[in-house]
Amino acid sequence: MNNANGAAGVHAGAPAVEAVHTSKRFGATTALHDVSMSIAPGSTHALVGRNGAGKSTLVSLLTGLQSPDAGAIAFDGKPAPPVADRSAWRRRVACVFQRSTIIPDLSVAENLFLNRQGDVVRWGALRRKAAELLQEYAVDVDPAARAGDLGVEQRQLVEIARALSQGARFIILDEPTARLDATAIDRLFGRLRALSATGVTMLFISHHLQEIYSVCDTVTVLRDARHVLTAPVADVDHDALVAAMTGEAVGLTEVEARPPVGDDTRVALRLKDLTLHGSYSGIDVDVRAGEIVGVTGSGSSGKVALAETVGGLRRPTNGTVTVGEQPVPPGSVPAALAAGIGLVPQDRHREGLIPLLSIAENATLPIAGSFGRFGYVAPGRLRDTARSFIDRYDIHAEGPAAPVSSLSGGNAQKVVLARALSTAPSVLVLINPTAGVDVRSKESLLGAVRAAADTGTAVLMVSDELDDLRHCDRVLVMFHGRVVAALPAGWSDTDVVAAVEGVNR
Amino acid sequence: MTTVPARLSGIRLARMRDLTLVPAILLLLVVGAIVDPVFLSSANIVNVLQQQTELSLLVLAETIILIGGRFDLSLESTVGLAPALGVALVIPAASNGLGTDWPSALAVPIILLVGLLVGALNGLLILRFGLSAFIVTLGMLIVLRGLQIGITGGQNLFELPPSVLYLGNATWLGLPLSIWLCGLLFAIGIAALGWFRHGRAVYAIGGNVDAARAAGIRSDRVIWIVFMVGGTLAALAGLLMTGRLGSVAAAQGQGMIFTVFAAAVIGGVSMDGGKGTLFGALCGVLVLGLINNILTLAGVSAQWIQAVYGLIILVALILARVTTGKAQDS
Repeated sequence: MNNANGAAGVHAGAPAVEAVHTSKRFGATTALHDVSMSIAPGSTHALVGRNGAGKSTLVSLLTGLQSPDAGAIAFDGKPAPPVADRSAWRRRVACVFQRSTIIPDLSVAENLFLNRQGDVVRWGALRRKAAELLQEYAVDVDPAARAGDLGVEQRQLVEIARALSQGARFIILDEPTARLDATAIDRLFGRLRALSATGVTMLFISHHLQEIYSVCDTVTVLRDARHVLTAPVADVDHDALVAAMTGEAVGLTEVEARPPVGDDTRVALRLKDLTLHGSYSGIDVDVRAGEIVGVTGSGSSGKVALAETVGGLRRPTNGTVTVGEQPVPPGSVPAALAAGIGLVPQDRHREGLIPLLSIAENATLPIAGSFGRFGYVAPGRLRDTARSFIDRYDIHAEGPAAPVSSLSGGNAQKVVLARALSTAPSVLVLINPTAGVDVRSKESLLGAVRAAADTGTAVLMVSDELDDLRHCDRVLVMFHGRVVAALPAGWSDTDVVAAVEGVNR
Repeated sequence: MTTVPARLSGIRLARMRDLTLVPAILLLLVVGAIVDPVFLSSANIVNVLQQQTELSLLVLAETIILIGGRFDLSLESTVGLAPALGVALVIPAASNGLGTDWPSALAVPIILLVGLLVGALNGLLILRFGLSAFIVTLGMLIVLRGLQIGITGGQNLFELPPSVLYLGNATWLGLPLSIWLCGLLFAIGIAALGWFRHGRAVYAIGGNVDAARAAGIRSDRVIWIVFMVGGTLAALAGLLMTGRLGSVAAAQGQGMIFTVFAAAVIGGVSMDGGKGTLFGALCGVLVLGLINNILTLAGVSAQWIQAVYGLIILVALILARVTTGKAQDS
């Protein structure tokens, strides 16, 4: 489909951005094959596709980081500047990457005007200019603050303000919501709508299809390096979108009901009066063997800190964690592991994986001692175990020896899950297990969690995603460090969202 | 928005971080005065300052390189090689020269040029060929020292032209010229890093090189220039040392690099780049200089002074870690 502009029908005239029959190859792999896309001025365009579908390649062409092997990019009907002319690109397009491009030790003001301070820096004037800019976009941040001290949300707003101040009227947002909580996402969307109303064109990349329906007017789907469809979002329903992404019809929102866990089942994990000052207080939770308990809440609710406490990453100020009948020594990961607690940490890149080691070594780190005596790791047994993990958890990889850094986000997360389950834990703690993971991988990850629960593992799953929570037998909602609601299976989305936002039920 | 009070506190905090070593310096002055009344005499203080000029120039160079997120071990060998080569090219073969007998007016420009070229070569290997800065500059440290020994036959050079001696030897307005020179260079450095776009670019590159590139900073070029400035400053340090001592020793500068890094880190410069100030680094130099002087005055025996000095540096590093509350290499 080459004339997507007509489909959007938002504005007349030349499209703000256009990719015409672009192709890009990296060695033997085709990253993008004859993809055309055009974005009408002022529209908010969604770009979706599974990991590896070619989204990032298309973004790198649109931002001028790479030039297409064939085809062309155009802005407002005029051909794009040469790749070497960075400043010309910056005036046309700005990208807010998933990874922050803020320099933590410099002030907000300096980050905003980096390399545009003038040859001699006048600090007072620079801070005033920054304050004006921040005020213009209603970003409540002190320009003299150290940029590294900002929260994720503020940092993103600073990046957006910086992009706009460079004169770009086209912004690419690469998974801007991946690290925000629900209220922050709402605020971000409010801003995006306001920007859109002033004529800013946006390309929005996200794994949360729901977000696309709430902010975008048009959606383009890529699959296997090819363009699949471009259509107004109103014309494509959720299932059709997923089908376009996966090439087959799947309904992720339909979750098979789990057999109820009886009241007489033994309690596998008991949290008693657990308190961590500044995060949460007085948490009493029982999780029975084979039960999946979801925990959700906003970013400040303390839910992540709670899960990290159970996993041994944090030491509680008060209260106890009990597995079976045994209390778990607080604040120690080895003690938690020994007690039978497996943890899938929040940030798989920072806490989850060792990028240069192989899949096999990463997946078997906690059980490496069982592959031989005196610390010897028998290569054959390591490989065999890793192969069985790769099959069981549906990890798409060249083989057990491939470095974990070569995996896509979804497959890397499966390795983290495989490692957490490698010790056959009686308790599994997961923190946002499907964040930044494509639709297919989400399914296999949640399937593996359910399978573990079916064999009697007690699961505590902290998540922001309703799709994850649907698999839980009950969902606890935390608000400002306390559990404010316990919803049995069968809840509706509005129940959860209302409880998370602290709205009266 | 209520930015004004927050801004003031921001500035105050930044200044505070810069001033953390000032109490330590005052304390050392008191300790020194107690150990030996001679300590506070102007002759001794001037002596301490002059001895630290060479070190402080190396710290100035290393700090800029560290802020840019790289490091350079070879500076200490440049301190020896640059003056040795510059002098050997102009003095007669009878005084261990190379026999080229170039006009002696060329000695100082050659010395500075050697430093510049060493920095440029480091930059070439690290940035263009993508080699590890640690191994490149460690290799350079050994090669440069070897070159100096090869050129001079392992001899110290004594018959130096007056132009080479002047900078490290002259006195202006009652103070050694080298102190004025150091003060001036630090002032220029502080201004360049604090108030000039290219100086701020060094912080940006050290803090997050991808973000710096995305903002249009030519990071490789900036870092290359930083390496060349660093090499030139090291050569100048060698020139000052030559003038102060009246000769070019075969081992000139050897072993200084540990003290250089220690002074920078004690002064709050991060080994990971993007963090630290020249003022802080200068305070680090003063702290180490005063400690060294006090140890000498206190009569610590020559056989033990190195062990004690090294130990005190380690303790100072621990204290700096405790007071700043941040790990130094993570």
